[in-house]
Amino acid sequence: MSIWEYANPKKFMGWTGPVLTWTFILGGVSLAVGLVWGFFFTPDDFRQGSTVKIIYLHVPAALMAINAWIMMLVASLIWVVRRHHVSALAARAAAPVGMTMTLIALFTGAIWGQPMWGTYWAWDPRLTSFLILFLFYLGYIALWEAIEDPDTAADLTAVLCMVGSVFAILSRYAVLFWSQGLHQGASVMRAGAVAGDTQERVSNVFAVPLFISIAGFVLLFVALVLLRTRTEIRARRMRALEARMRRA
Amino acid sequence: MIALLLRDLRLAVRAGGGFGLGLAFFLIVVVLVPFGVGPDTALLSAIAPGIFWVASLLAALLSLDRIFALDFEDGSLTLLATSPLPFEGAALMKALAHWITTGLPLTVAAPALGFLLNLAPEAYVYLLLSLLLGTPALSMIGTFGAGLTVGLRRGGLLLSLLVLPLYVPTLIFGAEAVRRGADGLDPTGALMLLAGITVGGFALLPFATAAVLRINLR
Repeated sequence: MSIWEYANPKKFMGWTGPVLTWTFILGGVSLAVGLVWGFFFTPDDFRQGSTVKIIYLHVPAALMAINAWIMMLVASLIWVVRRHHVSALAARAAAPVGMTMTLIALFTGAIWGQPMWGTYWAWDPRLTSFLILFLFYLGYIALWEAIEDPDTAADLTAVLCMVGSVFAILSRYAVLFWSQGLHQGASVMRAGAVAGDTQERVSNVFAVPLFISIAGFVLLFVALVLLRTRTEIRARRMRALEARMRRA
Repeated sequence: MIALLLRDLRLAVRAGGGFGLGLAFFLIVVVLVPFGVGPDTALLSAIAPGIFWVASLLAALLSLDRIFALDFEDGSLTLLATSPLPFEGAALMKALAHWITTGLPLTVAAPALGFLLNLAPEAYVYLLLSLLLGTPALSMIGTFGAGLTVGLRRGGLLLSLLVLPLYVPTLIFGAEAVRRGADGLDPTGALMLLAGITVGGFALLPFATAAVLRINLR
């Protein structure tokens, strides 16, 4: 029994049903706990005031925006190598979710940037690379929508995802070359903090609800992707049945 | 492969418009920008590097869908795919032909247009150099995009949506090289990165292009 058996559409439908319910419940609970805790039961930052609380949306959304693309890349690779249809469908299902996460990160960042930096938008490397990532998502989804034959579409979008990943990384470092930014560097997973230096670490008062909120976003992402993949599988079955009925 | 390149060049010249169209478009964009932003020479010379690079991007984009469309319709692309010639090589030659018909004329003409935008005198050589190093990458990336969308009825708009984000690094390094040249800074870093994109693109993208073409011909 290998792990690939779970990619059989029938098996996939079987095991994702209960998993979907649980990820939705757990994701909803941890999102609610993380956000309510973050918004109402953490102290204000001494310099940023209450605006700091937007990190409970901004950081998880930004994280998932990148992770969704990585997931699409892995799923595309699996499709190209092993040709499991579920894999291609999962990549397709993740794209709009990832795009929405990118938008959430951009919007919450703009809302925070206005009082803190005095501007909604700056051509900062991190902001710019997220905008570029958004364009990549847009192109990827548009290519899926444009091609009628599902296998051709899966193949072409997989290649686009791989080539696009290379260029997305290139763009990420190219914009560093082009402008030095306002955005702060990584703060939660800094080397010093991981090594256990308490001075370097985000205080637990803020970090614990943040991690709960991140867990909520991850579970929500998994749930949405599973749901969308299941919908897509059902839609394909419907089309196959309709085609068979027309022939009969 | 040389024969294929010559055939594409001959087609571009004889079909009319292929050669000069991109160049004329480039000229019009460069001329239109001052109408849009006003005739302030200081402002124009500050934005000239960006304008030249954005204009060459658009000019390259304009002729992309012609790379494979005609060959796809009349079946010569299928012949190329089944011929003993490596299909990757054919993709490479297509990109090269596109560059010779659009990128090369742009590179030669751009310095002549520099005075229209009041480009700093020190920047001319870097404008020439950056376009020479960067426009081949535009053609190669664009050829990949054209391969992706060749089977589509109305692929033009989708093609630009797919290709333009891929152009971002090239644009950044190209315009940055000219800007540094104009400001009297050292542009070698940007030029080398630009050359890196071109060399890397020509080394790897023919394989991706051939792969997507095979999928589309299936």
